[in-house]
Amino acid sequence: MNARAAFALLGAVLLALFVVGEVRRRAGPSAAGRRFFRHPPAAWGMFILTFFVAVALAAPWVAPYGPSITLEIVALKNQPPSLLHPLGTDLYSRDVWSRLVYGSRVSLSIGALAMLVAVTVGAVVGAVAGYVRRWVDTALMRLVDVGLAVPRIFLLLMAIALWEHLPLALLVLLIGLTGWFGTSRLVRAEVLTLRERDFVAAARAAGAGGPRIIFRHVLPNVAAPIIVSAALGIGNVMLLEAGLSFLGLGVPPPMPSWGNMIADGAAQLATAPWTTVFPGVAIALVVMALNAVGDALRDAFDPRRATA
Amino acid sequence: MSELLLRVRDLKTYFVTEQGGGTARAVDGVSFDLHAGETLGLVGESGCGKTVTSLSLLRLVPEPPGHILPGSFVELEGRNLLVLAPKELRAIRGNEMAMIFQEPMTSLNPVFTVGDQIAEAAIVHQRLGRRAARARAIEMLALVGIPDPETRVDSYPHQLSGGMRQRVMIAMALVCHPKVLIADEPTTALDVTIQAQILELLARLQTELGMAVILITHDLGIVAGTVDRVLVMYAGEVVETAATPELFARPLHPYTEGLLASVPRLDTPWPRRRLHSIPGQVPAATAWPSGCRFHPRCPYAWDRCVAEDPPLLDAGTGDPGSHGVRCWLLAEPARRTRQRPP
Repeated sequence: MNARAAFALLGAVLLALFVVGEVRRRAGPSAAGRRFFRHPPAAWGMFILTFFVAVALAAPWVAPYGPSITLEIVALKNQPPSLLHPLGTDLYSRDVWSRLVYGSRVSLSIGALAMLVAVTVGAVVGAVAGYVRRWVDTALMRLVDVGLAVPRIFLLLMAIALWEHLPLALLVLLIGLTGWFGTSRLVRAEVLTLRERDFVAAARAAGAGGPRIIFRHVLPNVAAPIIVSAALGIGNVMLLEAGLSFLGLGVPPPMPSWGNMIADGAAQLATAPWTTVFPGVAIALVVMALNAVGDALRDAFDPRRATA
Repeated sequence: MSELLLRVRDLKTYFVTEQGGGTARAVDGVSFDLHAGETLGLVGESGCGKTVTSLSLLRLVPEPPGHILPGSFVELEGRNLLVLAPKELRAIRGNEMAMIFQEPMTSLNPVFTVGDQIAEAAIVHQRLGRRAARARAIEMLALVGIPDPETRVDSYPHQLSGGMRQRVMIAMALVCHPKVLIADEPTTALDVTIQAQILELLARLQTELGMAVILITHDLGIVAGTVDRVLVMYAGEVVETAATPELFARPLHPYTEGLLASVPRLDTPWPRRRLHSIPGQVPAATAWPSGCRFHPRCPYAWDRCVAEDPPLLDAGTGDPGSHGVRCWLLAEPARRTRQRPP
């Protein structure tokens, strides 16, 4: 590990600390901010998330080597962690730390983008079903029932099996399109109560049409539960991506993702555990951080929960 | 008499209840006229159909379970609103006919600034741009007497008091200068001093903008102070209609009589008697009584009231149609034997 990488890493840590401190300073005094930071893991989770996002963005500086560079196929194969290679090297003499850093780009962006797709579809479907009611509601919700009844991993495996070389964008889309069912139910339930509220009647009396009411008046009121479910959902998507990559169906090698790093290292678990343990720890950390932040957000958005 | 704006004839709005309770005839044959600049008061107990009547005018009754029966007419300047296409109807809502809702606390969207909400109707109907809409919202806030409108326009509803929110609601309804304003108990959620301010504001705006107002209330004090003509509703029907002074001086329907007697007065002589109340309560809308719907609670009722439903009879003031009463007492005045309640 060279000085540049060390500095960049330090920079990422400081940035994450700064962001957490700044958020705490600004949001802390408000009631919602107090509820958020009442959870000790929330600040930690936020720190971990900002750290990994910073690392992912600054990957070329934080990583001493390229993600797929084989350094010295014989001499530097499966080296344990050392000063030069802080997380060791893998079977192909690639620097695990560098791969982990570049892998964060892939894993985090798949998680975030797939969740974005899922949340968008789920919110629109849920809002339309809940607002329009009648047969539209029935049709959409039966579709959701079907989607929830079929195990997601099999749905994905089936879809992925249709392509020989799956483009990443398609993988993201597929994960997103199999993950919106829960969100749509949540949103529909919220919309069902919101549509009876007086301000919706007031908007109708003012001459607003259906789409305008759904998207301008109703959906913004569901923002809080949507954000919470998205935060909790990203972790899930990342685990799913890791699982698919582990099965060799997700991110194609040599592009590193945390999932396929584990898959690559699985064979040497006994002799070179660092090749699997570190990406595993990274996944676990990020997923736990997302859950902590999601939980804290839920309390922050809902005053009733926090007092209980 | 000034120009006829709104003509409502035989308005019937029924609700089909799911639990086998049958059909609730919430509004059952209401007719009235509304002229430009006039204030019409709609009074009656809770459950008489006042709110459903007002919602029906804009076709805001949730369908299902509700539906407005064919044969009903709501004519705004010659156009029957009940047969308009949804798009044409939206062009009227909030533009030519607007509504102020009962609850200022819940009728504002919590996630938008009041400025955005006031401007909404103007954006929808007049296609105003962002800046023009904001300017209009500020102008409206000033019009309804909110101090410091330039900063208040960016407030969220929870940052305002009840009276302020009600003013915002009024501003929302008036932003397109509607010809008809429906105010559904605009002051019930407010305390008395604010009530007076809001009513004064409404009266002032009405003279400034020359609109017609339908004021729904169960507060006869408000009626006496602000309304030109009163429609007393009971059990989905208009039971008495008259100009306000006439109604207060000569209430002819026993229900109106009862309502007026139920108002506490400061000038009752000592020793005071217990405040009058109409016995019983409004029956369920799924099972209106036979004959005259008020007969189970009426102190004068006799067998004819049970058997026959009275039409709206003319009280004979010399001006036909100016004072109508749905009561058989008009046909048989001698039956008004019991002393009027105090």
